[in-house]
Amino acid sequence: MTALVSVGLPHYLVVAALLFMAGLITVATRRNAVAILMGVELILNAASLNFVAFSRFVHGGVAGQVFSLFIILLAAAEACIALAIVLSIFRNFKSVDVFNTTTLRE
Amino acid sequence: MPYSAAVQEFVRVHGLWLIPFFPAMGALINCVFGALIQKKWGKRPVHIIAVGTMVLSSVTALYFFFGLLLPRDPAQRFLLEEVFPMIDIGAVRVMFAFAMDPLSGVMACMVTVVATAIHIYSMGYMADEESYWRYFGYLNLFCFSMLLLVLGDNFILMFFGWEGVGLCSYLLIGFWYKDTAKAKAGMKAFIVNRIGDFGFIVGMFTLFWGLLGMWDAVPGKMSKVDDGRCIPVMTKPMPVSKHAAPAGDKPGPAHHGGLPAPQAGPRARQGASPGVRAERARKTLMAAMADGIISTAHAAGPDQPHSPQRLGGIQLGRCGEKQEGLRFLAQPPVSVGQTQQVYVGPTVSFREIRDQLAIEDSSGKRVVADHLKNGTLWFGIPLLIFVTFGFFLGATGKSAQIPLYTWLPDAMAGPTPVSALIHAATMVTAGVYMVARLNFIFILSPEGMTLVALVGGLTALLAATIGLFQYDIKKVLAYSTVSQLGYMFVGVGVGAYWVGIYHLVAHAFFKACLFLGSGSVIHGMHDLVHHRHGHGPPPDLRLAPDPTDPQDMRNMGGLGKLMPHTARTYLIACFAISGIPLFSGFYSKDEILWKAFSMGNMSWPWAGKLIWALCALGAMCTAFYMFRSYFMTFRGRPATEEHVKHVHESPRSMTWVLWFLAIGAVLMSLVGSTVFVPAAITHKTPWIESFLAPATAALSDAFQKPSLTHNVVLEWALMGLSVVLAVIGIFGAWFWYKDLSRTEARMEWAKRNWRFVHVLVFNKYFVDEIYNATFVRGFHLLARALGWFDLRVVDGLVNASSWALRMLASFFGAVDYKLVDGAVNGVADTVIGAGRRVRRIQSGRINAYVMGVAFGVVVLLFVVWFSGPMGR
Repeated sequence: MTALVSVGLPHYLVVAALLFMAGLITVATRRNAVAILMGVELILNAASLNFVAFSRFVHGGVAGQVFSLFIILLAAAEACIALAIVLSIFRNFKSVDVFNTTTLRE
Repeated sequence: MPYSAAVQEFVRVHGLWLIPFFPAMGALINCVFGALIQKKWGKRPVHIIAVGTMVLSSVTALYFFFGLLLPRDPAQRFLLEEVFPMIDIGAVRVMFAFAMDPLSGVMACMVTVVATAIHIYSMGYMADEESYWRYFGYLNLFCFSMLLLVLGDNFILMFFGWEGVGLCSYLLIGFWYKDTAKAKAGMKAFIVNRIGDFGFIVGMFTLFWGLLGMWDAVPGKMSKVDDGRCIPVMTKPMPVSKHAAPAGDKPGPAHHGGLPAPQAGPRARQGASPGVRAERARKTLMAAMADGIISTAHAAGPDQPHSPQRLGGIQLGRCGEKQEGLRFLAQPPVSVGQTQQVYVGPTVSFREIRDQLAIEDSSGKRVVADHLKNGTLWFGIPLLIFVTFGFFLGATGKSAQIPLYTWLPDAMAGPTPVSALIHAATMVTAGVYMVARLNFIFILSPEGMTLVALVGGLTALLAATIGLFQYDIKKVLAYSTVSQLGYMFVGVGVGAYWVGIYHLVAHAFFKACLFLGSGSVIHGMHDLVHHRHGHGPPPDLRLAPDPTDPQDMRNMGGLGKLMPHTARTYLIACFAISGIPLFSGFYSKDEILWKAFSMGNMSWPWAGKLIWALCALGAMCTAFYMFRSYFMTFRGRPATEEHVKHVHESPRSMTWVLWFLAIGAVLMSLVGSTVFVPAAITHKTPWIESFLAPATAALSDAFQKPSLTHNVVLEWALMGLSVVLAVIGIFGAWFWYKDLSRTEARMEWAKRNWRFVHVLVFNKYFVDEIYNATFVRGFHLLARALGWFDLRVVDGLVNASSWALRMLASFFGAVDYKLVDGAVNGVADTVIGAGRRVRRIQSGRINAYVMGVAFGVVVLLFVVWFSGPMGR
């Protein structure tokens, strides 16, 4: 079983980093508001994964798990509000393209 | 105690301010509401207000004079009322204060009584005048100013009054301002007076400055300090009581011996033992309290010379003396030998100047007086020369003396009662009063005194000779006034202040009577003149160039039968002014002549004799021109038959006043003689001399140098001579002018044989012409030269400087545009440019922001990685 490397902290961190990068790139490049929300979900999940990993390998206890639960909750709430905003944007602009919704800068 | 002085004792009173207040109110009412009142209710309320206020004022003045001043001990005859502090800046401390001492008391009574009489006379004289209210408003305003001048306790108040009477004189001379000549006469009076006022101001400032920089109260040593301060001084008896012999038992007839002589009976007789003095002081206080006018918080005897007193929290007085409560307190008289704080330094109060000048050190040297005497100004000219000459210039302006007398004859353009009140009885005597008031300064300067007396003597003669050939009855009286004022100045100039003031008061009565008499004549002639205007000049008028002139004596003649009261009173006044025994002018004029003759305190020894000669000649001329005017006006045949029909006696309000003044002119001789017997015979001191002595005796011993001791023969001879001269003058006038028809021939004779003199005198020595040619033309030339200078040089300079400024401005403008604005705009442009670029960053695209954040985080990571402690 030597070929099988036991899964440790770095593996988790790498996955989380990949997830984070995927989320970040999604947020930075997509013009669809819903897609951006999905990127944000990825970022949140990356963070949540980090919490769990650090809790398991470094800190111990349940604090990390509790944080990830909070993050899930937060993500739900955020998705709820953000989707409402997106709906409202769509109603006003007839589009969910964030490039069209730049009126705030004026 | 190194210093001692005969400090002026004074008594605080309440209500002195009412004397000038009443006419001020009358003036205010008549000047502000007079037109309205006259329109609504007629002239009666106007003169009720004017005359009423004057009656109130004179009753108040007489009450203070007879009720409060006279009963007091001679040394304490000084009523003081400090109403409120007027100016208080640094060393200048001016109280709105009134003082009544014998001098100002006599003046105030004279002014109010004569003014009341003339107010009453004016009711008749001005009855037909349209702007009746204006006349009475001005007249009341004048009385207010005059009383301010007389009663004011300091230079500032005196100057207010001084300017006020000048203003009222101007207003009343130009009362009929629609006549340009009259308006111009007013202006002339005002401008000539301004020259005098300039002298007054110079004198005032120089004196104030001269008192500056004086004393420190280190015993035995006086060092320089910049402002005044109080030093303790031991009080001494007033000089009045120094020569303490009761009038009767003087060793030898000392009457004419010297200056303000020595009498002050009661005080001297009572002696100066402290007990007696204390008792008397207490009695004085009790009497004052009983009067109700003076109140006192503590029964202060002389043993409490200055306990703190306070007036509503304001500290009054300066030398630790305060007042208490709302009512004024009696100043407890200070006994001789006690210590009193005396202010030393610059001040405008007469009393304070007089007190400090009297301070002596232990060796009897008058330290402050010497300091003032030794003061010099500009190349070492004595300061006192400036002071006395300045004040005297002021006096010559107001009192119409050489060189500033020319305004007074022109001032006759005003209504005749005004001439009587302002230009004969009161205002023109202000100069004499001022010199007498400032006796303590003039006495320090023999040059000043000599100038006063000499100018007085010269004026007396010059004006009298001009008066000889005047035809306008008011002009005769005007020159006579100038001449008589000259006599007064001789009196005060030789140091015999009481005589000057006595002549002033006597003159006020007889000259007012003469002027009002002439006014009565003019009033009576007016109808005739109006009548003649319709008919043209009748052919038999031989002499008068203008037969419609109601003032030309050639149009009169024989009026004595038509106007009996006027003629009689005029005759009485003529006797008085000519110096005929039994009439007041005799006693005063004779005394002036004798004082001038006997006084040896002039700068050069024969000045007194010269002045005497001038005055004696003047006296003869006086008698001549006065009786000339009497004969021409009242005797002989009337100039025309129309006189009998149209000339009438004046109304009663005028004749009564004439009689009042005429009787006053006779009775005034009582105060200057012993029951009509001149002092030269009885060797008793006349009442007025002893009464006025305390007011003028302050430093008189510095000036008591009679060159002649008493000489009965000489005195009798001089007195006889002056009477003879007067009689010669009267006889001459009778001989020449008893009948107008013969006058013409005589005048022709005079013109032929005395051509030069006649032309010279008839044209008033061409003084007006000379003044016109020199001063007036000179000023015009100067004005033109200055105008040219202004136009060319000053304007040129102004234009040049403006050009230079413009150049400078354009230079700075360029700098401003290019440099400063460039910098400012450069900064602004930079900011705008930067902003234009930077604003692109805010695109509003969320992706760009996220990219930015991510990029920023990466940069930060690098920074931290390579520099921070995170890696370690």
